[in-house]
Amino acid sequence: MNIKTRKGFDINLVGKAALQIGNAEQSETFAIKPTDFVGMHRPKVVVKEGDVVKAGTPLFFDKKLEKALYTSPVSGEVVEVKRGAKRKLLEIKILADKQIEYENFTKYSVSDMANLRGEDIKESLLKSGAWINIIQRPYGIVANPEDAPRAIFISAFDSNPLAPDYDFLYKNEGQYFQAGIDALKKMVDAPIHLTTNGKAEVSAIFQNVRNVEQHTISGPHPAGNVGVQIHHIEPINRGEVVWTIHPYGVIQIGKLFLEGRYDASKKIALVGSEVTTPQYYETYIGANVSKFLKNNLKQDHVRVISGNILTGTAIEKDNYVGFYDNVVTVLPEGDRPRFFLSDGWLAPTSRLSYHRALGLLSFLNPKKERVIDTSLNGEERAFVETGVMEQVIPMDILPLQLVKSIMAKDYDGMESLGIYEVIEEDVALCEFVDVSKHRIQKIIRDGIELLREG
Amino acid sequence: MKFLHDILEKQKPMFEKGGKLEKFYYLFEAGESFAFTPSTTTPAKGAHIRDAIDLKRMMMTVVIAMIPALLFGIWNVGYQHFLATGNPNAELLDIIMIGTIQVLPIVIVSYTAGGIVEVIFGIVRKHPINEGFLVTGMLIPLTMPPDIPLWQVAVATIFAVVIAKEAFGGTGMNILNVALTARAFLYFAYPTDISGTVWTYLGDKAAVDGYTGATALSIAAEAKTGTVTAALDGATANWAGAESLFSFNNMLIGVIPGSIGETSALMALIGAIILVVAGVASWKIMVSGVVGALVMGLIFNLAGSTPFMQMMPHYHLIMGGFAFGIVFMATDPVSAAQTETGKWVYGFFIGLLTVLIRVFNPAYPEGIMLAILLMNVFAPLIDFYVIQANKNRRLKRIHV
Repeated sequence: MNIKTRKGFDINLVGKAALQIGNAEQSETFAIKPTDFVGMHRPKVVVKEGDVVKAGTPLFFDKKLEKALYTSPVSGEVVEVKRGAKRKLLEIKILADKQIEYENFTKYSVSDMANLRGEDIKESLLKSGAWINIIQRPYGIVANPEDAPRAIFISAFDSNPLAPDYDFLYKNEGQYFQAGIDALKKMVDAPIHLTTNGKAEVSAIFQNVRNVEQHTISGPHPAGNVGVQIHHIEPINRGEVVWTIHPYGVIQIGKLFLEGRYDASKKIALVGSEVTTPQYYETYIGANVSKFLKNNLKQDHVRVISGNILTGTAIEKDNYVGFYDNVVTVLPEGDRPRFFLSDGWLAPTSRLSYHRALGLLSFLNPKKERVIDTSLNGEERAFVETGVMEQVIPMDILPLQLVKSIMAKDYDGMESLGIYEVIEEDVALCEFVDVSKHRIQKIIRDGIELLREG
Repeated sequence: MKFLHDILEKQKPMFEKGGKLEKFYYLFEAGESFAFTPSTTTPAKGAHIRDAIDLKRMMMTVVIAMIPALLFGIWNVGYQHFLATGNPNAELLDIIMIGTIQVLPIVIVSYTAGGIVEVIFGIVRKHPINEGFLVTGMLIPLTMPPDIPLWQVAVATIFAVVIAKEAFGGTGMNILNVALTARAFLYFAYPTDISGTVWTYLGDKAAVDGYTGATALSIAAEAKTGTVTAALDGATANWAGAESLFSFNNMLIGVIPGSIGETSALMALIGAIILVVAGVASWKIMVSGVVGALVMGLIFNLAGSTPFMQMMPHYHLIMGGFAFGIVFMATDPVSAAQTETGKWVYGFFIGLLTVLIRVFNPAYPEGIMLAILLMNVFAPLIDFYVIQANKNRRLKRIHV
């Protein structure tokens, strides 16, 4: 299927990563944060401080989904099990060995893989930690292995601002990607949809993949979001479950079978206007960012975000990259008050805006790469403007009405207005353009949680 | 400007919890956030950058779009004054002086009365003072006749803000357009002060021979024989200096008696262009409103028995407050239909009803105000069906 979308908005920012690998020192510590897994209620830790682990050794699991293990990305010593208020588990920190050792999982040759049974594949994924890559919709949470999904969806590009280039990220990983797809195909009896960017040349690794249904989508962001692609290919109805998985996850699954190990190595892109040399770094899941940021920032008053600027999480300069993130963005903090006549709300400004109201001039130069700070540019107000959120969400969904139904805890309304089809990232642009400065993504998550509990 | 911000910050503790003036926190906050964009940054999770727009800027855009209508209104009030008192060749400066003296107090009273209500509600309800009144405060004077007593402006504004807005929960929650409620209040509470010969400010001077205090619409409504254009020509034929006062061009430009900001379709059009280019008001409502008026006008042309019914439909667009209403009142995002499909229906019926009410209402020749208020009430129903259609599409996909 070739999908074309018109709605959306491309945000061009300064600080795109150059296609090169930086040679920073490797991080000493790595951490897995249960808070990265939305919807996880009760993590149960199975290691204690001082334990020695290998890459692929279980660290904790969710009491509500005991089969899926969350494992260590590297080998080394568990140096801290950090807890917050009410003993909430915040992170498990590992001091990494210089040479990574791996837990042994069964290794298969490409031809052996044909004889693998679906049940064995599932068991290996759950045990090794690779299962966590599979996310289910509705809800956007780690998939339940008991479910039989209607389909699996993979988006083969990222349209977010300052997104990393998949072609560069996954160069030479084609065989693992194919092996991962083959394993998934054997495990579930459902079509696998792979959607590539219709506006760009298709990366070599996605070009001739077998066992998938290929689609293209062209349009502004959020065309790369898997949620948008699902909506156009085969939307989710009440009672149905589909799975989504990031190409990184597919490759990790492929490596699990072809190499016999849980390989958490990944490239991350360090991007943003405040980074001296935006480029890629080779590391592992959960890396500490301090080594990459060292001598690489233009100024100190910055916000470091694990993930992209639309959906990411702010972290400290010596904190850890989120489990699913492959990009770290650094922006200037925008906590400077601006006088209304000189550069505040009445003055003409070239600060980025989707709107063209009084003095907002950025529309004159839409392609320009901009430096944007984290200012809220206003304060929270009642919903007044209508019609603008619809312009940035390329789905047949009424975002404002959906948000209002969540705020009113109208369960039927939420369901029938399409809450099963969206997660935070799908409404991120609504949050960006909202004149009334509401936390649309949080509201959507609150709605999802209401439904999960209800 | 850092010194100014520092001064404000120094005063802040006085207004914060435990401070002497704690009650007035939101008044202080309103002042501070008016002068300085608040230093609030985006939360740690979610979108880390936000659009440069805020509600203040959006509301200011609407105010700017009304400035042509206001300036023209000031001139026109003065010009109509001299025209009616036998001095059609008065100096521009004199015209503007009379207009300003007459109009500016109305604007000031409207902003002050409404502003005080907003502040009181902000303090009592402990919420920030909303920017919505920036627009309402300007809309109210523009819909007033130039001769309106100032106390009536104050009473109408207070009534509208309290009953039409705050009673429903404040900005964003109101069902009726607030500015129109003010106008409707006066229309029902003080009918003699807002109809008849109030549309021209005469001051202490006497009107000249042939002067008529009527508006184009009332002349059209009362025409019994012939055509409306003939009636309009005839109405001022004996008025020296204003023989063709109600010509098409005059009505288009707005050189006719009427409410301060409503007479000029041209200024409303300029406002419409500003609003549409800025993306602040819905062009769908404006376009469908015009179409609705033209369709109803054409239907009357086909069926019509009176001269008013026979009038060319496009005359409805430049007479009375249609242009002003459809551009600035119908597009109020809170009281209008909120779904994009709903906006087409909503605007269309406003146009249609405006012409219908104009032709059939025996008491009052203008229809746009009642049409918009009526459709304000129906907007949630229109949205309900549009939303229902969306839900049904989603339900239909389930193939069990």
